[in-house]
This record gives sequence, C-alpha cells and structure tokens, in this order.
Amino acid sequence: MSAVIEARSLGKRAGRATLLDGVSLSVAAGEMVAIIGPNGAGKSTLLRLLSGDLRPNAGEVRLKQRDIASFTPRELAARRAMLSQHINVTFPFTVEEIVLMGAGERSAREAGMLVGTALEEVGLAHFRERQLPTLSGGEQQRAHFARVLVQLACGEAEHGPGLLLLDEPTSSLDLRHQIDLVEAARRRAGHGTAVIAILHDLNLAIRFADRLIILAGGKLAADGPRADIVTRQTIREIFEIDAVVHQADDGVPYVLPQSMQAMAQAELPPR
Amino acid sequence: MSVVIGTEVRRSGRRAGVGRPSASLTIFLLMAVLAVIAIVALTLGAAGIPLSRLPAALGLSGESTAMTARDQLVLWSIRVPRIVATAMVGGLLAAAGAIMQGLFRNPLADPALVGVSSGGALAAASAIVFTDSRFGEALRFLQTELLPLAAFAGSLATTAILYGVSSRSGRTSIAIFLLAGVAITAIANAGIGLLVFVADDRQLRDITFWMLGSMSGVTWIKAAVLAPVLVVAVIACGFIARGLDLLVLGEADAFHGGVDVERLKRISIVMVSAMTGVAVSISGVIGFVGIVVPHLLRLVIGPAHQLLLPASILLGAILMVGADTLARTIVAPAEMPIGILTAAVGAPVFLFILLRQCGLASL
Repeated sequence: MSAVIEARSLGKRAGRATLLDGVSLSVAAGEMVAIIGPNGAGKSTLLRLLSGDLRPNAGEVRLKQRDIASFTPRELAARRAMLSQHINVTFPFTVEEIVLMGAGERSAREAGMLVGTALEEVGLAHFRERQLPTLSGGEQQRAHFARVLVQLACGEAEHGPGLLLLDEPTSSLDLRHQIDLVEAARRRAGHGTAVIAILHDLNLAIRFADRLIILAGGKLAADGPRADIVTRQTIREIFEIDAVVHQADDGVPYVLPQSMQAMAQAELPPR
Repeated sequence: MSVVIGTEVRRSGRRAGVGRPSASLTIFLLMAVLAVIAIVALTLGAAGIPLSRLPAALGLSGESTAMTARDQLVLWSIRVPRIVATAMVGGLLAAAGAIMQGLFRNPLADPALVGVSSGGALAAASAIVFTDSRFGEALRFLQTELLPLAAFAGSLATTAILYGVSSRSGRTSIAIFLLAGVAITAIANAGIGLLVFVADDRQLRDITFWMLGSMSGVTWIKAAVLAPVLVVAVIACGFIARGLDLLVLGEADAFHGGVDVERLKRISIVMVSAMTGVAVSISGVIGFVGIVVPHLLRLVIGPAHQLLLPASILLGAILMVGADTLARTIVAPAEMPIGILTAAVGAPVFLFILLRQCGLASL
C-alpha cells in the first residue's frame, strides 16, 4: 500500500534546543499508528510538522507523494484533518456551529447530514444547540472531534482517503468516551484513512493501533508492531519506570506500571 | 435511512441556536430602525423642522411654504451630511470593533480602548501641526486629504505594534493585549500632549476636537471620504467572515481548518486600521461603540461573523445617529462632544462584560 504521509529525516530546532532530530516515518492508507513517548519527547512537534503547520529545519514531509509545503491551507484541509489539545473558544458558538466549521464553504443545508452523523458518533446530538463554552472540557473535546470528523469526511468525498492527526485526543475524556473516540478513529482507518494519534495511555495505544512509534529525546526510539515493542525492557528504557507486561485473554499485551520505589529496591533484571 | 436523512436536513435548515432570529429578519429590522432614527434626527436640532414640513424640505412633495427654503438649507447643507457621516462613522467603528474582537479572540478588544484610535488621532494632530508649520507649508492645501491618510497610517502602526507585542506563537494573551493597549494609549497621549504644548490657539481647538470626538462641522466632502471605505469594508467583510469564525479555535486550528491565517490577519489588521483611522479623522476619538454594538448583537444573533459584521455596521450606525442627536439637543444651542456620551454609556457595559465573561482569574 502506498504511503499517505511520509517524513524523511525531519529535524526541528527552537533557538538552540533541538526538538526533533532525524525522524523518518511513513504511514499507509488504512493504517492506525500511535505515537508514544515521555513528556518533551517531541511528539506534538512531530504532529505539527506532519500537519504542515510547522516547517522543518531539516528533511521533508510528503503528503500523498507531494511536498506538504506546496499545498495551500485550503488544499491541505481537504486532505488532512487534525484535532489539537486545549482549544479555548471565547465566543458563544453553538455546538452545531462549531461542528459545521469543519465543512468548509458548504452551507448548513449541504453539510447537515454530516454534522448530524458526527454529533451522533461523539454522543452530543442532544447538545446540538447548546453554546460550546457552557459544556464540560470533555464534551468540548468531543465536539471538536466531531468537527474534525466532518472535515475529514468532506475532504475524503473529493480527494479519497486522507490523513487524520490526533494530539492526545483522550486527555480529558472519561473511560467510555476514550474508547468511543479511539474506536471512531479505528473505523476511519477501516475505510482507508491513515490515522496518527499521540496517546499517553499505553494500553489504549497497544489495543487499538496497528503500529507504535516511540519518540524519546527528539529521536525515533522504536517503530513497529506492538508485540515487538511493548516489552519490560523498552518501557524501562523509554519511560524510566518498571512495568509488568502481561497478556489479556485475547493475546493482546497490557502494561501495569510498578512503583518507582519497588523498582529501586528490587533492582529487577530486565525481562 | 431515508427518514433519518430527511429529518437531519430539515433540522439543519433552521438557524443554529434556540431563539435566534434569521439573518434576513435581523438585517431588515435594523434597517427599519435606522430609517426611523434618521428621520427623527432630521427633525430635531437648533432649527427644528417638524415632521409635517419634512417632505417639502426634502423635496418629496411639491407644496412649499415660507419656511421651505430655510428648511432646505438647514437640511441639505448641515443636517443630512451630518447624519449620513455619523451613521457611516458608527458603522465603521462598530464593525472595526467586531473584526478586532474576532482577530484577538477577545470580546473586550476595541480600537479606541487599546490605543488604535489614539494612534490615529496622534497622527492626525501631527498632520495638523505639521501642515501649519513652516516645514509643511507646501502641503497645506492638501490638509483635508492628508488627515484621513495620516490617521489611517497612525492606526495601522498602532494595530501592528499591538499584534506584535501581544501574540506569541499563535496565542494572544488577553492581559498582555489590554496592558499593551494601555501603554500605547499613554504613548499616543504623551505625543498629543506634546503637540498641545507647541500648538497655537487654532490648532489647540482642532486637537481638542480629536480627543473628545464630535460630529459637528461635518460637510459633504467629509462624508464622501467615508463612503468608499465603508463600501470596501462591507465587501471585504464577506471574505473574512468565515476565517474569523474559525480563528476562534486558535491560529493553529484555523489553519488546520483551511484558513490562510497569515493572510487573514494581514487583511483584518489593514481593515481595522483603515476603518478606525478614517472614522477617527472625521469624528475624533469615539470609544466603546466597537465594544457595545458587537456584544449586544452576539447576545441576540450569535457570534457568526457572516451576520455579525453587517449587523454591527447597522447597529453602530443606529447608536451613533441616536447619540449624536442627543449630543446636539440636550444642551442646545450648545453641543456636547459625542465621545463623552458614548463613554458614559459604553464604559459600564465594558465593566459588565469584564465581570460576567472574563472573571479576573481567566486573564
């Protein structure tokens, strides 16, 4: 399968600090990839480079075999959609108006069905006419996810499977809505969308992603299927914690972190 | 499935938001109110023209009385140009406020409050003093044309500085923005103070006029300067409305949604500066119209700029014509500077928004 997005030895600096260094990756249509790594590893920077919002100091990003810098903002929006963290809306837009923003120039009449479907999918159909700032943080995040889904659907109707980028999409969601959101992203991948999500919850990442990319210190530490990557050894090296890796009934591994104290005392040998 | 689709389409056909009036109804009502208030303004003033004599004076009916000639003179050389110009100044200031609030994602942004008007007034006052001086003698005959240009340049410089200071990597800090506005206003006022210090009596009167704001002495020529700016602004508003909507998500997310954010910012800054600068060059510094009007409208019609911007122009015109009529009648035959009236009404509204929406914690 051909790559929807491809990054070649990306480097990004801010002043004298190196945020990213020599990161290469490629995500194909229908693939769901989770980026994991400790705070400050460069995950959000990588996602912003992949979205075309930031320009790299070295290397290049190619979206659908074309240099991402050559797209206009509107062309980009029709081919990739991105959900950021912490969006603070100051004006009293309704949930429906916010979600409709994903539909570009289409009127409420044209995009009405898409908006309705997306709101059903994130479980906010009953809040359609509520003002966004009056909702809880998690509900606002779901409304923005619905907006991003509408944008993705509009773009894919014209240009075929696109790219969906999610920056810690589950950070303010309860357990059920975390699963709902990740499953919705999974369904998009099922229809051919390339999905890249930054996830802090290792178990969520392991269960729903086809592939994990681990960033540490601005460099690519690992890239591969979960079984190869999720070991006690890697988790210890990357996150500097000790964790037990077990397997669920269906054979999918899960990670149970141990206390730091126990790790220091026991000096457990790597498994 | 088809049933579901049917209801979705029907539901979305309604305007978003419970109880919000439709776009066409809003515009129609505002236009009707503007027409009524303009007619009332025509009849009131130092030389009263009762409603019964108005059609004849406007030339709408053939009958003429002894008073018709005098009425016509008052109407066509003084009152009509003044009302037309006042309405346009109000519309420009209110829409400039709405655009600025969208640009800064902040309901408290107002060109007068953060020094954009003062910057324009400083440049205009400088132009007055300069063209009167020995060095600017050659340009004196251009004074009428130079004032709006100078005020625009002053407003543009102020807006650009303000944006540069308060925006850091796509985020605008409300506190830094307002404080930077305070500092810029202080700098502009210091400059105006300096000009007052060196000005002669006639210049002093002109400069004081800028500071207080007044619509007196408006002629057709001044009204003609406003018209093209208003026309361009109305057209441009249609192009930036959707971008300003998405900008509420933040610069990065507006970009993700397909908005050319840098271009939108440049256009908005130039528009705010041109609209404020030209209005200020006619009326002087008039505050709070840009805050009060968009705020009231958002409560009733919602924040979407496609409707908010044209509605702001109309409601701004209504409020300014009303305020100006009040200003020239309450202490007749003298006239109160209109800036005093708008500040007296606008400042409490500003405090109200501050308390209600922005609680000190979120600054």
